[in-house]
Amino acid sequence: MNLGGEGLACARGERQIFAGLNFTLGPGELLLARGANGSGKSSFLRVVAGLLHPSAGTLRLNGSVLLPGAALLSPHVIYIGHQDPVKPSFSVEENLLFWMGMAGHAVDYRRGGQGGLREAARSGRVEAALEAFGLAGLGQIPARFLSAGQKRRLNLARLAAIDRPLWLLDEPATSLDSAAQELLAASMRRHRQQGGLIIAVSHTDLGEDVTHLLNFGPQHRMEHMA
Amino acid sequence: MRFRTLVIRELVLATRIGGGGAMAVGFFLIGASLYPLGIGPELALLRRIAPGVMWVSALLACLLSLDRMFQADEEDGSLDLLLLSQFSPTGLVLTKVFSHWLSTGVPLIIAAPFVAQAFDLDYHAMITLMLSMLLGTPVLSLVGAVGAALTVGVRRGGMILSLLILPLYIPVLIFGAGSVEASLFGIGPQAHLIILLALLLLALALAPFAAAAALLLHIRA
Repeated sequence: MNLGGEGLACARGERQIFAGLNFTLGPGELLLARGANGSGKSSFLRVVAGLLHPSAGTLRLNGSVLLPGAALLSPHVIYIGHQDPVKPSFSVEENLLFWMGMAGHAVDYRRGGQGGLREAARSGRVEAALEAFGLAGLGQIPARFLSAGQKRRLNLARLAAIDRPLWLLDEPATSLDSAAQELLAASMRRHRQQGGLIIAVSHTDLGEDVTHLLNFGPQHRMEHMA
Repeated sequence: MRFRTLVIRELVLATRIGGGGAMAVGFFLIGASLYPLGIGPELALLRRIAPGVMWVSALLACLLSLDRMFQADEEDGSLDLLLLSQFSPTGLVLTKVFSHWLSTGVPLIIAAPFVAQAFDLDYHAMITLMLSMLLGTPVLSLVGAVGAALTVGVRRGGMILSLLILPLYIPVLIFGAGSVEASLFGIGPQAHLIILLALLLLALALAPFAAAAALLLHIRA
């Protein structure tokens, strides 16, 4: 899978947020977007996800142009935004199971409670995903008892539970402790080894070798590191 | 598959703590029962006001859970992910509306005969009431979805939502209550019920698109 953007621009309301942005991304590569607060990094990520329309420019997937609004990328994307989509009245497992179901994974969500969960837990995918982000053993507790960092871990567990080639991570390390940051780096490394693509917005390098660096500011510059 | 997953999630959320399902039907049961208690056992008067009182109570009960239809998902970022999960925005709205109707409208229809006892409605009027609610409550969810989508980004938007939506509920109120009245007076409720059906078809054809457009407007703003 190859992803590229040419001359991307984004306007929200009257304000031009960025313009003339070019990028390319190939298998196993990590693009890191950096810049001051409010410089348009998150908007860039939302444009790639298809949640925002670019006011100019095109996105290309494997060379063919993606039409704005068609959300053609969404079958390939996991998007981790600022907020953690965690329902407090669901258990940790149920939260993860729901998003797996919405991604098309066959999970038995029928009873929403114990019976359905045992079914999915037996397949091991849920447990493996929770373990990948240090939530092993917490599957049955209601998500309202989770701390901010644990909620973030649960959100990130979608990365391990759902197979998608393109990860869009908006400051994924927010409120994570150093152990969880290690786990995140490890899963990013694994994803890239399997040929996955990552676009991340972060103020640190997330403990990873960055392939492309996109600097947001007065003029956008893309540096190729590797 | 995804439709089923989302509907089940909505229903489970509605039945758990903080969900809107039991709240709406509880409000309907208590709210409508207050009138006979306040007015006293004057059966002719109760029978006369029953259609209006019960339909107004149903409208307000439906309104209670409406403001959370999209807002709960907007606040925790779920709405972004739902829009990325290969639902068309219109399909997402329709699924949400269907779930809202299942968790709010259907319990109201089931509760209606019990409340009707307090107003001494006869068998035919009660059947008409349930039929009119079967046709009318989906309209409440559909039209309400437009208001919920328009106010999705407004904190404490319940008040604005009521102001936006209640005027649009008036036709349902008129023909819903009218059908029960017609049945009480022995005229036959068919005309009213057919108009309710027409309202349902109209809302089904227009509201999902309007609500989806309002959601996208918010997401892309």
